[in-house]
Amino acid sequence: MEKTFDYLDQLEAEAIYIMREVAGQFDNPALLFSGGKDSICLVHLALKAFRPGKFPFPLVHIDTGHNFPEALDFRDKLTEHIGERLIVRKVEDTIRDRKLQDAKGKFPSRNMLQTYTLLDTIEEFKFDACIGGARRDEEKARAKERIFSVRDEFGQWNPKMQRPELWNHYNGKISSGENVRVFPISNWTELDVWNYILREEIGLPNIYFTHERECVTTENGQLMANSSFLNLEKEDTILRKQVRYRTVGDMTCTAAVESQAYTVEDIIAELKEVKISERGATRMDDRISEAAMEDRKKGGYF
Amino acid sequence: MELLKFFTAGNVDDGKSTLIGRLLYDSKSISTDIIETLTRQSKVTALNAEIDLALLTDGLRAEREQGITIDVAYKYFSTEKRKFIIADTPGHIQYTRNMFTGASNADMAIILVDARNGITEQTKRHSIISSLLSMPHIMVCVNKMDLVGYDEKIFRKIADDYLVFAKKATQKEITFIPVSALAGDNVVTRSTKMPWYKGQSVLEHLEQIPLHEENSPAPGRFQVQYVIRPQTSKFHDYRGFAGKILGGSFHKGQEVELMPSAIRTTLSAIEVNGKEVESAEFPQPVVLHLKDDIDLSRGDSIVPVGAGQRIDKDIEAIICWMDNLPFKPGQRLLLQQNSFRTKASIKNIIGNIDIHSMEEIPNEAPPQLNDICKVKIKSADSVVFDRYTENRYTGSFILIDENSNNTVAAGMIE
Repeated sequence: MEKTFDYLDQLEAEAIYIMREVAGQFDNPALLFSGGKDSICLVHLALKAFRPGKFPFPLVHIDTGHNFPEALDFRDKLTEHIGERLIVRKVEDTIRDRKLQDAKGKFPSRNMLQTYTLLDTIEEFKFDACIGGARRDEEKARAKERIFSVRDEFGQWNPKMQRPELWNHYNGKISSGENVRVFPISNWTELDVWNYILREEIGLPNIYFTHERECVTTENGQLMANSSFLNLEKEDTILRKQVRYRTVGDMTCTAAVESQAYTVEDIIAELKEVKISERGATRMDDRISEAAMEDRKKGGYF
Repeated sequence: MELLKFFTAGNVDDGKSTLIGRLLYDSKSISTDIIETLTRQSKVTALNAEIDLALLTDGLRAEREQGITIDVAYKYFSTEKRKFIIADTPGHIQYTRNMFTGASNADMAIILVDARNGITEQTKRHSIISSLLSMPHIMVCVNKMDLVGYDEKIFRKIADDYLVFAKKATQKEITFIPVSALAGDNVVTRSTKMPWYKGQSVLEHLEQIPLHEENSPAPGRFQVQYVIRPQTSKFHDYRGFAGKILGGSFHKGQEVELMPSAIRTTLSAIEVNGKEVESAEFPQPVVLHLKDDIDLSRGDSIVPVGAGQRIDKDIEAIICWMDNLPFKPGQRLLLQQNSFRTKASIKNIIGNIDIHSMEEIPNEAPPQLNDICKVKIKSADSVVFDRYTENRYTGSFILIDENSNNTVAAGMIE
C-alpha cells in the first residue's frame, strides 16, 4: 500500500517535530506571539504537538504600543480560550526605563526599539529558546538562517558561524547566556500558511480580511491605516479604502493592500494573482536598504 | 500536491544560481518587487544578461559583494503538480559541510557541469557526497550548452565520462540534461536549439520523478521526543509518548519492544493530532500509548517485536568533519541521533574515503574540515540504530563538541 502525504502534512509534521525538540532540549523555552497569522499557526501546531498536556512554554508578546487593537483583542481571546500563560512586555516601558529616544517621523517605527524589549525579556525570564514564526521565503537573509539559530548573549546572529543542520538532528546545545531562536515554519511560504489556515479552519483577526478603513498614502504609494500613532501633516489627505492586511505588524509600518477578499478562499485566489511579495507589499522597514533584514538580524532582531 | 526537496551542487562558475533563478523566473514564482530590485542590482553586476538571475539566491551582503554563495540558501516554488524546496549549496571545496547539510534532507541532487570544462574534481566530490548520502535520484545538468554551440558530441562525452566515474559510486538513477540556464534552454521548456535531445526539461523531470522507492516496507521505527503527562483530573493516568515515526508503520495492538531496555509490551493506543487512529506511518507525528506502565524517556525507542534495531556502544561510521578546527585525539564529544544524546569519542580513525576512486585509503591522521573518513566511535550509553542505507534517520547522527557546543561532524552508520 503506497500512500503519499500531502505537502501540508509534511510541513506540519516537520513543525511539530521541531516544537517537541524544543520541549525536549530546553529548560525554559518561550513562544513569541505577535497576534499575526504565522504565530497563530504556531499556536495551532503547539496544540497538536502537546495536547492534552499544557504547553511546555508561555506565549510571549512584545507589545510595541503601536499594535492593531484587533490583533490585541484576538491575542487575549485566543490565550484565554486555550488556557495558556501569556507574558506581555511593553516597548513603552523599555523606552521609559532605559531613557531611550522614541521613534520619530510621520510613521514612527519602533522596530529597532522592539529588539531592546525582546532582549530584556529574554534576560528577565532567562529564556533559553524562543520559538518564532519567521519563514525563509520572506526575505533573502532569512533564506539562509537555520531552524535552530544560535544567538550570543547580545542576541546577535552570525551568518558565517551557523551550525550545519543535518537530517532530524537539531543541535540546541548552548552555553549560559546564549539562546536559540527556533523557526518551525521556516519551510512554509505565504501561500502554504493560507492553505493550512483554510484546511485547519484556523481563526484570524478580522483585519486580514477586507474592510473599509481610513488610510493615508505614503511617498511610495503604500496605504497606511490612520491612527493616533501617526504624525500627520496638513497636506495629508485621509482616504476611505477597501483594504486588508497581508502581515500584521505595527500600525505605523505595516501597509494595507486594496482587496476584495472576504474569505480565506478569496485570499488564496488573490495571492495566486498578486505578484508582489509579502514583505515588499507591506513592510516599510525592509525598504531602507538591500541588507536591511540582515543588519537587523545581526543586531538581535528576530 | 506532493513535496519534493532537492539540492543543487556545482562549481563556483557553473551557473547554479542562474539555473535556480531561471526555474523560479520561468515558472513565475518571483514577485514583481523582487524583479524590480534585481533589475536595479543587475545593472551594477551583470554585463551580459538583462537580469542577473543569480542575485535571487545570493542573499547575504558578503555574497553579493564577492559574487559567490557562501551558505545554504533555501528557495521555494510550486507548479500545479508539486511544491519544491531547493537547498542551494555552494560549490567551493571549503563549503563541503554546507553541501552535506543541504543534501541530508533532500530527495534528489542536481549536479551542474560546465559544458566547456567537463567533469572536474568538484563534480566528483559532489557525486561522491550524493552517493554517500544515498540520494535516490541524481540529475546531471550539462550547463552553458550555448557556449559550445549546442554540440551533441560534447554533451555525450561528458555523460560518458560521468558514467565511467559513477560506476564506482552506487547511484541508483542518473539523468543527463543539456541546458543553458542563462538562455533558458531545457530548463522549464524544451529547447528548439538541441533537436538531438529527446528527453525532458529540468522542470518536467522534477515534476515526475517518483518520490517513493519500491522497496519492501521498512520496519517500524520510533523514538520518544517528549512525554506528555497532563496530570489533570480529566487525564489523570494519561501518559503518552510523543515523537515522529522515523520509518515504516505502527498499528494499535501491535507487540513492541522498548529499546534499549528490551522490555516487551503492546501498543494500547495511537494518537494523531489528538484523535485515536488504528495505525500511523512515516513521517507522521504521533503519541503512542503502552499497555503496561513502563518507564520510558526521551531518546528511547519503540520497535516492532521481531524487527528490532541494532544496539551497541561501538559503532563504525563514515563521518564528514565539519568544524574549522581539526579533530583532536581525546576530544570530548556528544553523539546526537534525533532525540537521543550520549557522550562519545572517536576511538580509531580507520581511513579516508578517496573522492576519485570512492576507495578507502588507510589513514590515521586526525580529520580536518571537509575530510570524509571511516571511524570507530565509542559511546557512553548504548546507541539504538540501523545502517544508514536502511534508514537515513536512525542510521545517521551528528557529533557535537562538548566544549564549544558546535556540530563538528555528520555521521552515517555502516
